[in-house]
Amino acid sequence: MAGSTSLNRFYILLLVIAAGGGGVLYWQARRGVPSIPANVVVTAADTAGFQGYFLGDPNAPLVITEYADYQCPSCQDFDLVQFPEVMRQLVETGRVRWRYRDYPLDHLHSFARLAAHSAACADDQGRYWQQHALIYQGQAQWSAESEASGTFRDYAARAGLDLPAYDACMQSAKYAGRIQASYDEGLRVGVNGTPTFLIGDRLYGGRSNSDALKRIVDSLAPMATPTP
Amino acid sequence: MKQRMGIALLSLAGMLISAYLWMFKHGYIGTLACGTGGCETVQLSPYSRFMGVDVALLGFAAYAVLFGLAMLGLQPSWAGRREPTRAALLLAGGGVLFAGYLTWLELFVIHAICRWCVASAVIILLVLVLTLLDHRRLTRA
Repeated sequence: MAGSTSLNRFYILLLVIAAGGGGVLYWQARRGVPSIPANVVVTAADTAGFQGYFLGDPNAPLVITEYADYQCPSCQDFDLVQFPEVMRQLVETGRVRWRYRDYPLDHLHSFARLAAHSAACADDQGRYWQQHALIYQGQAQWSAESEASGTFRDYAARAGLDLPAYDACMQSAKYAGRIQASYDEGLRVGVNGTPTFLIGDRLYGGRSNSDALKRIVDSLAPMATPTP
Repeated sequence: MKQRMGIALLSLAGMLISAYLWMFKHGYIGTLACGTGGCETVQLSPYSRFMGVDVALLGFAAYAVLFGLAMLGLQPSWAGRREPTRAALLLAGGGVLFAGYLTWLELFVIHAICRWCVASAVIILLVLVLTLLDHRRLTRA
């Protein structure tokens, strides 16, 4: 009798643990907070046909590659203050093709990779640059949050994305490999901070501004002067 | 009997951990609670599958069988029988070897430590110890 009582108590304990553990798993699944893993194995499919996010004329004489981190204040400063001028003077005039590559500094910026993935999921729906702009504009806000994925989702809604498709993309970490490939490329070319610009075969780091970039472009690809 | 209770409890914990890791791998859970950050690296490495099957799923299946064996062994009519213990001994022994192999991969190949995987390795080791104690109890009886 005593044995059967202790066995019944044991069954109750098992039930409590199973229900508690199952509840935690269910809650975690419902919470559905996406995270984008680092150091994933990059497969050929991750990089096939994808070289970065481009702006400007594909036939422009020069390509500038920007390696940047969405959570880096200097990158935000460049994107909000300098980049509109770069667009006006260099990209829209057909002198430069702009190429953006993710270089998330995970050890400094806990949401950089998540932000990069959010933008990648927007690219799935043809709205990369809208999401890109919203993420940089809101950097001060989401950087201070304990969990930024909700804010990125709000941006996705503002950018006009189909949210169920966006959610599925984020949950599956679909572009983790692509972001890792981008980071690996930065490492290979010698990037050691953000933003860094690859122009021709040289890297330019630090607080580059539009004037400095224009001077470099002028020296590498002088504007055609009208012949008399 | 206490050994079998312990095996059942530990196996249940192992099932929950395996389910947690499997749910993460398949995108049902966004973030793993893992202070080292190595869990995601390990779970998304090619070594998180063994012969085409998710390691987490293999773990869940093994713990589920161990749990079933322990529960069977707790039934009064099975209390003195050795079969559940022998089967558990075989499974837990294999589990410890496999956990050792996975830990070696984490340390020397993947170079990342997943705390949940370590917890699972400790659990299967404890299950083996309890199974050995149960086996000794039955042998002496």
